[in-house]
Amino acid sequence: MSLTRHDIDNIAHLARLALTEAEIPVYIDSLSRIIELVGELDHAATTGVTPMSHPLPGQTQRQRADAVTEVDRHELYQRNAPQAMAGLYLVPKVIE
Amino acid sequence: MYSETVTELSSSLRQRKFSATELTRSLLERINAAQPVLNAFVSIESERALAEAAAADRLLASGNAPPLTGVPIAHKDLFCTAGSRTTCGSRMLANFVSPYDATVVARLRAAGTVMLGKTNMDEFAMGSSNETSFFGPVRNPWDPSRVPGGSSGGSAAAVAARLIPAATGTDTGGSIRQPAALCGVTGLKATYGRVSRYGMVAFASSLDQAGVIARSAEDCALLLGAIAGFDPCDSTSVDLPVPDYRAVLDHPLRGLRVGLLKEFFGKGLDPAVEASVRTALEVLRGQGALLQEVSLPSLPLSVPTYYVVAPAECSSNLARFDGVRFGHRCENPRDLKDLYERSRGEGFGAEVKRRVMTGTYVLSAGYYDAYYLKAQRVRALIAEDFRRAFSEVDVLISPTTPTPAFEIGAKMNDPVTMYLNDIYTIGANLAGLPAASVPCGFADGLPIGMQIIGAHFGEERILNVAHRYQRETDWHQRAPKEYR
Repeated sequence: MSLTRHDIDNIAHLARLALTEAEIPVYIDSLSRIIELVGELDHAATTGVTPMSHPLPGQTQRQRADAVTEVDRHELYQRNAPQAMAGLYLVPKVIE
Repeated sequence: MYSETVTELSSSLRQRKFSATELTRSLLERINAAQPVLNAFVSIESERALAEAAAADRLLASGNAPPLTGVPIAHKDLFCTAGSRTTCGSRMLANFVSPYDATVVARLRAAGTVMLGKTNMDEFAMGSSNETSFFGPVRNPWDPSRVPGGSSGGSAAAVAARLIPAATGTDTGGSIRQPAALCGVTGLKATYGRVSRYGMVAFASSLDQAGVIARSAEDCALLLGAIAGFDPCDSTSVDLPVPDYRAVLDHPLRGLRVGLLKEFFGKGLDPAVEASVRTALEVLRGQGALLQEVSLPSLPLSVPTYYVVAPAECSSNLARFDGVRFGHRCENPRDLKDLYERSRGEGFGAEVKRRVMTGTYVLSAGYYDAYYLKAQRVRALIAEDFRRAFSEVDVLISPTTPTPAFEIGAKMNDPVTMYLNDIYTIGANLAGLPAASVPCGFADGLPIGMQIIGAHFGEERILNVAHRYQRETDWHQRAPKEYR
């Protein structure tokens, strides 16, 4: 299966990735080849097979009590923010 | 000093043959000298290491030091290390300072190790050659024109070049075992859930697992014992007691049932690699192991299965990089959408973008059942194949990689060929199994690795087989000429 320019534009939009013009043909080609590779799965007989949901048999996701366990460390975390002020993350204006 | 293993260093430091400070200084010199050629490190933490070494020396003098006190270690730059940079090999995180320690890092620190630096890796652990790092490729110490493997290539190259006695790694599709094989060192990926993933930058959450790279199975046993065990901070961590992995290392192999993975001894396998692994199997037979061929018919589908599941999980995990809370942000965004798209477009490298897009595609409306659900069904078949095999044998053995290390640049333009490099290692990740790679020979001066896969939580058995093999052979003790 070969993907088109339209497919790549759509995927890049869904993934929120800005691509340069030079990248587009590279991804048309390589994603098409990857989709062809994973297409081999079509030949596998999987009728009645339950999709795997956890790598360990019989394990389920452990849950914890609904209790506050974290202390407020926003100042430490916001040191990694590209732009923060007065404890807030700054982003471009969303509503005009 | 630099040629000693972790086990030897632990005893030398205790006997005060040399101090932790002397050892740290000596290794920092080696690391700095090798860096222009190998590029195995993203960060060299000299000041911090010397402070930790001084503290280790005080502890050793007090007589109450834990067993790994003063032993130097390096962490793959995917483990968060409080107060220092964790880049994950990406421009996206080039300036990210971890606010906390990963559990693996905290446990090794508590055990007394001294961290010398953070090792280079494929960007976000996506790669099999270490060429996708934003900080440049790592070179193989056995031949600098060749790749060290990936994604834990910096860790494997550093251990092989005797820059560090051991390093941490992570393995999503072979990222500990494949570089360990190509660099001639011993690497172990634990069972899914055995080692906490807290503080590891996530790639594919149903496949990612931590482990160690060292120069012997004995060292891997010592280090795994320090990092394994339940952690409430990781919801996939399993609450089972941690055995003393060293206790059974010498257990005789008489009667051990070894399965040869039939599907991995066929087309595409380099004859020199096959010959070395078959010779290694004879060494095990010589110790009383019973060899039998085992067929896992669904295993050849592990590469296509992986390249649906891993990108799907990656596209979801990497959605957190939005240019707002941490990580790279583009200049002068026009609006929020532009901020997201350009920050991600600029911050991620080519392979990461490829996987994010592959994952986005297979999860998108209309394709989810055809790709993702189908892959999870095939994954169940592969896991069932392994379960059946382990009812007949104790361990499964195969080559770790189809060929020795390839030239830098040889596969960068063809992602599918690159992906096929992990053909023998991916199955263990899909089924959540522990697996190791052990040096078992050379082809034209390049190391070859033998893979040993165990049943769930069968790390003891894997390490036992690897250690008994290493008692009979000296492949794991060979060092590249320039680094002896």
